[in-house]
Amino acid sequence: MPPEAEAAVLDNPVDRRPELILRSPTFKAITDAVVDPIEKPTPLGWWFFFLPAVALLGLLGVAVSWLFWEGIGIWGLNVPVGWAWDITNFVFWVGIGHAGTLISAILYLLRQRWRTSINRAAEAMTIFAVMCALLFPGIHVGRVWVAYWMFPLPNQMGTWPNFRSPLLWDVFAVSVYGTVSALFWYVGLIPDLATMRDRAKTKIRRIAYGIFALGWRGSNRHWSNYESAYLLLAAMSTPLVLSVHSIVSMDFAVSQLPGWHTTIFPPYFVAGAIFSGFAMVITLMVICRTAFKLEHIITIRHFDYMAKVILLTGSMVGYAYGMEFFTAWYSGNPYEMFTFTNRALGPYAWAYWTMISCNVLFPQVFWFKRARTSIPILFLLSILVNIGMWFERFVIIVTSLHRGFLPSSWGYFRPTIWDVSCLLGSFGLFFTMFCLFVRFVPMVATAEVKTVLPQADPHYQPGRGHAFGAGHTETV
Amino acid sequence: MPQLPMVASLPPGPYYGALAEFATPADLYHACEQVRDAGYRRWDAHTPFPVHGLDRAMGMRRSPMPFIVLGMALLGAAAGFGLQYWVHSVEYPLTISGKPYFAWPAYVPITFELGILFGSLGAVFGMLGLNQLPMHWHPLFSSAPFEKASDDTFFISIESWDPKFEPEKTRQFLQGLGARRVELVASE
Repeated sequence: MPPEAEAAVLDNPVDRRPELILRSPTFKAITDAVVDPIEKPTPLGWWFFFLPAVALLGLLGVAVSWLFWEGIGIWGLNVPVGWAWDITNFVFWVGIGHAGTLISAILYLLRQRWRTSINRAAEAMTIFAVMCALLFPGIHVGRVWVAYWMFPLPNQMGTWPNFRSPLLWDVFAVSVYGTVSALFWYVGLIPDLATMRDRAKTKIRRIAYGIFALGWRGSNRHWSNYESAYLLLAAMSTPLVLSVHSIVSMDFAVSQLPGWHTTIFPPYFVAGAIFSGFAMVITLMVICRTAFKLEHIITIRHFDYMAKVILLTGSMVGYAYGMEFFTAWYSGNPYEMFTFTNRALGPYAWAYWTMISCNVLFPQVFWFKRARTSIPILFLLSILVNIGMWFERFVIIVTSLHRGFLPSSWGYFRPTIWDVSCLLGSFGLFFTMFCLFVRFVPMVATAEVKTVLPQADPHYQPGRGHAFGAGHTETV
Repeated sequence: MPQLPMVASLPPGPYYGALAEFATPADLYHACEQVRDAGYRRWDAHTPFPVHGLDRAMGMRRSPMPFIVLGMALLGAAAGFGLQYWVHSVEYPLTISGKPYFAWPAYVPITFELGILFGSLGAVFGMLGLNQLPMHWHPLFSSAPFEKASDDTFFISIESWDPKFEPEKTRQFLQGLGARRVELVASE
């Protein structure tokens, strides 16, 4: 269906709820559409993405090996700026990791049925983004062989970590988030792995998928516990996802540094995380729906909704940028005021205005439906938003550090080739994992998509049109 | 109606049970209501996705999952708080930036995170435990049509150790409910 015709489906949502999945497919057609590409031989196009990603992953291996050998001096860190791209990258990746759980958990609790088309890929994206994120605190300690000091493990020195420090809260928040996201994703995968097992043509595939499908046989007595467990996981992931980026923001907010020491950080960071995460989901889904011919499952309407979330969270982030300046002025604290003037007009003004343009100005085009339903605009904007969100973290971290209380120790951070290699390498890790995911695992949750088809309702009667929920609130 | 526990051993006799195939969720739903009303107790429905309201049509009780998860979450939170209290007040009291040893507000984030972690592990492993999964071998997997239970076909299985099960009668009963096809599945 051409985009204009699909956009027409968006109209008139009051009289009639348009179907979430276009072309009225049968249950089998959903399975086929999602699973066929995984069962066919690897397409050439996949290698186009996979090989560069693996090359970048190799670059990460080189950069990290050199880092371990030589120490963090290979990065451009200096005395006022002791934290730069390492933590920027960490916060950037954790933020991207937030959209997956938002889509899976919060939209699930809110009964937003459109989430079923994109939740699997978004959850996978979350796990890979959290992997990239966890890499940076792991390597930025320099002496990676003592990274276990971050965990409360009994050791020969008789020491214990300081639980009163936000940095330790962060260790717990991000590792719990990674674990729970992986569990949530795997639980959602079990029925689809059973589908892969049952369709397998070769013995190796049957055994490989069969092991992970755990002997799932679609029993309704199992579904009952399964759905209850899934709902509870969603209910627990919702406060979890909000806590994770709040705690990340406390790494900064609990310190006394002007530019960091502010109470707006937790909600501001969470909004920014959802903003960047949804942008990354759009980037990936634009490519995947075309590559795997899933335009009828991941429809223009899904992008329309995601663009609205981006507009909302982008505006919240824009409000936070403004509010930070107001608070700095209203505090009457000269150091606080200087930090913010320096951010907008100082040596890093170029980074600040890149951030403002990408995060606040450009997303305003999403007020227009034409922009929200145009794939090229969505794709371009999603990349700009992620550039902007990377710069946001850079601006917060580096501009607050580079001109401290003592002008004699002011400095300027310049990245080295190893800073750049670590950032590019983390993208290599992310895209390698994502390529393997779309190649071997159903990238759409078929069991869940089937439940939003009209004929999935046991009271559906053919010929009465789109009758899902007839007699319930949806037709009121 | 009391539910018999799902037991992971084979029923005696040559048959695992009867397996009926239905084309749509609506057919399955109405058939389940009748199997329930006929008084069968050791039986199940198999669907590619959770069918809304089928629990009631089968006369099932609510899942006990919430209690498992609540218990585990409280255990995790208590363990998290206890660990932090023990480390800072008992095992390794150390003054850092003037904070008190028992700085309980600072313990809130990790207490919360560990509550969520334990609750989630309880949800996943509790679900697997209640469902007796993983169980990679099952008599139903010997039925070729059953492979579609994960695609687009809906099944009812009545196990042979149900007190009301009689191979021919049960088969005819299922056939009468609008099944597309009924087969008797062998025990092994």
